[in-house]
Amino acid sequence: MATTDASMHDEIQAEASQGTVVNFGFWIYLMSDVIIFSMLFAGFVVLSTSYAGGPTGRELFELPGVFLETLALLFSSLTYGLVMISLRQGNKRRVQGWLLVTFLLGACFIGLELHEFLSLALEGHGPQRSGFLSAFFTLVGTHGTHVTFGLLWILVMVGQVAYKGLTPAVASRLTRLSLFWHFLDIVWIAVFSTVYLGGMYR
Amino acid sequence: MSHSPSPDAKGGSEATLGTYSVGFILAIVLTVIPFAIVGFGWLPRTGALIAVGVAAVIQILVHLYFFLHLDVSREHRANAMTGVFTALIMAILVGGTMWLFYNLHYRTMIMGG
Repeated sequence: MATTDASMHDEIQAEASQGTVVNFGFWIYLMSDVIIFSMLFAGFVVLSTSYAGGPTGRELFELPGVFLETLALLFSSLTYGLVMISLRQGNKRRVQGWLLVTFLLGACFIGLELHEFLSLALEGHGPQRSGFLSAFFTLVGTHGTHVTFGLLWILVMVGQVAYKGLTPAVASRLTRLSLFWHFLDIVWIAVFSTVYLGGMYR
Repeated sequence: MSHSPSPDAKGGSEATLGTYSVGFILAIVLTVIPFAIVGFGWLPRTGALIAVGVAAVIQILVHLYFFLHLDVSREHRANAMTGVFTALIMAILVGGTMWLFYNLHYRTMIMGG
């Protein structure tokens, strides 16, 4: 075959760039998620003063708790960075260790958020109370759902690293989990700035 | 496959503990400042809102650069361009919605709600 050389060359190139292409695809998914969040943010801003006689954000939000949530997520971004560094060093135990630390920090975030949601709902300030609270629970809850799925993904990766080792496929998945996890921290910056800090002045 | 599987997000800039630490410290500072301004009431309403907004935008850029390793180098250009396009869509969605609804409120005199 005259084309053997050319096709082999293509194959090598395909293999080299496959990771880049797959990551680009995942990046496009993240950008579509940005658009979902944009719409939820737009909805929240429109409804953010529709209290229907109910409580305002200023009366409901507790900044120290929100600050703790923010720190938990920020530290988890750092520990996920350490996952990627350990991955590059090929240190399996450290990859697993930092994945678990990231999981615990993410779980702290979700725990704090659930605590906030439950205490709001139990005091009669659930999503059905006003347009403001509907928009609040939808926006913050959508972010929380993403983080919850991120936590599941982390556990799956801990299992894959244990059973499959640091194969190229596993490393590639860890890279996309890194994109996902850092992305959620970025969305949270917008959430705490718009919903909680901005909410103190509405 | 003999070389390391290049797990870094999109090739290019290899993240080190150093870059992550710099990004992390910047992010902590940019988180503490807006929370302190709002929590302790250091600034009046307008000033505080501007400070919160500016800190958020800078922190998002810090995260994109130091954690997601996004820049305008050739390897990341497709990602960066997609990001810029998404930012445009985001601006149209959020800005357009706010413009529309504030006009609606203004013209129909449904103030407060």
